[in-house]
Amino acid sequence: MGAQLRLLRRRIKSVKSTAKITRAQELIASSRIVKAQQRMQAAVPYEREIIRAVTGVVSNTASVDHPLTVARETPRRAGVLIVTSDRGFCGGFNANVLREAEALGGLLRSRGIEPVPYVVGRKGITWHSFRGREMGGQWGGFSDSPAYANAKEIADVLISAFSAEEIDEIHVVSTEFVSMLTQNVVVKRILPLEVEETAEKPETPLPYFEFEPTAGDVLDSLLPRYVESRVFSTLLQSAASEHAARRRAMKSATDNANELIRVFTQQMNQARQAEITQEISEIVGGANALADAAAGKE
Amino acid sequence: MAKLRVGVVSPERELWSGEADMVIAKTIDGEIGIMPQHAPVLGVLVEGGVLTVKRGGGEPDLVAAVHGGFLSVANNEVSILAEVAELGSEVDVARAKNALDRAQASVEVGQESADAAADAKRARARLRAAGEEVG
Repeated sequence: MGAQLRLLRRRIKSVKSTAKITRAQELIASSRIVKAQQRMQAAVPYEREIIRAVTGVVSNTASVDHPLTVARETPRRAGVLIVTSDRGFCGGFNANVLREAEALGGLLRSRGIEPVPYVVGRKGITWHSFRGREMGGQWGGFSDSPAYANAKEIADVLISAFSAEEIDEIHVVSTEFVSMLTQNVVVKRILPLEVEETAEKPETPLPYFEFEPTAGDVLDSLLPRYVESRVFSTLLQSAASEHAARRRAMKSATDNANELIRVFTQQMNQARQAEITQEISEIVGGANALADAAAGKE
Repeated sequence: MAKLRVGVVSPERELWSGEADMVIAKTIDGEIGIMPQHAPVLGVLVEGGVLTVKRGGGEPDLVAAVHGGFLSVANNEVSILAEVAELGSEVDVARAKNALDRAQASVEVGQESADAAADAKRARARLRAAGEEVG
């Protein structure tokens, strides 16, 4: 067997096994997207209610004067929560988030604010520690199925850093899950809270609430929960996006491997045919030479 | 009589939603009972409280252990936003009892008493929600 033939056979075998792995990854990711989407959906009622409650308190109290809603006059340091994934194999997912985070960092610096990264996901942590950047906080190990406790932990650290005036603003860079095919990197500011007057006006004017015990106390415990719920929904969206990105990346890897297998098989067949043709012409040549020699003797 | 529309939600899922005659919850100020046509209220729930939803119409009451969170009432709609919540029917009684014993033991020893006391409170709420008698 020719050397070229053997080489091609070996390459086809290795590409085939790669294709098997990427195909399996693709299937795993597709099944996990569904689960992640369900979890996103399950978190919607709580988030909706908490937004309604916050809006209720804010519209009832004349002036919202809570430490978490007041913008500092001269912000000097800003926390940037960067949500990445724990594992690779997901195309440009992490690169996109990190690029956007860098852009935000540049923007903040141009306003004279020092960005402090708070990183979620092992990929983001490695990226930062490799470059020797100091991180305000780092969390890893739950990016593909975050629990509420994880969000609470992150929010606690952020809020206490904010309250202690270590940081004056908090921004979030993460991936928003729009659909199976579209995920966008978004940058949001979560603290100081801008209490959003929701885009859709409620049909009925908001009722005049009574508070148990007082409006201030309710706000005190409501706002941190609101931040937690925002962080949680960010983590869930990011998880769903991660799986979608991984599925897409693995699908194109599988397609690419199959294309390579096709090309290599063709080349292999050509090489085999060339070898056979050569052998035949050698045999025919040899036979002719023998025949010629025999004719010469006579 | 009008009925209340009740929703019990935790961050990870919606536990229960439906109609009811009365909702009883425990806020920081004390127990509060909500019946239809109640004035709008926003309350902070205590850690380790028990929520009772009287469904009326012969249906059994819905009891849940609710650890922290909020209660909001407006236009005959009651939302319970619980950080952690567990329906009474879902409570694993043996485990809750175990947790209570452990928590009480460490309260007596006096270690990390704040944590242990909170644990004990939660375990008690879970047991009460499951319909067990707790001292």
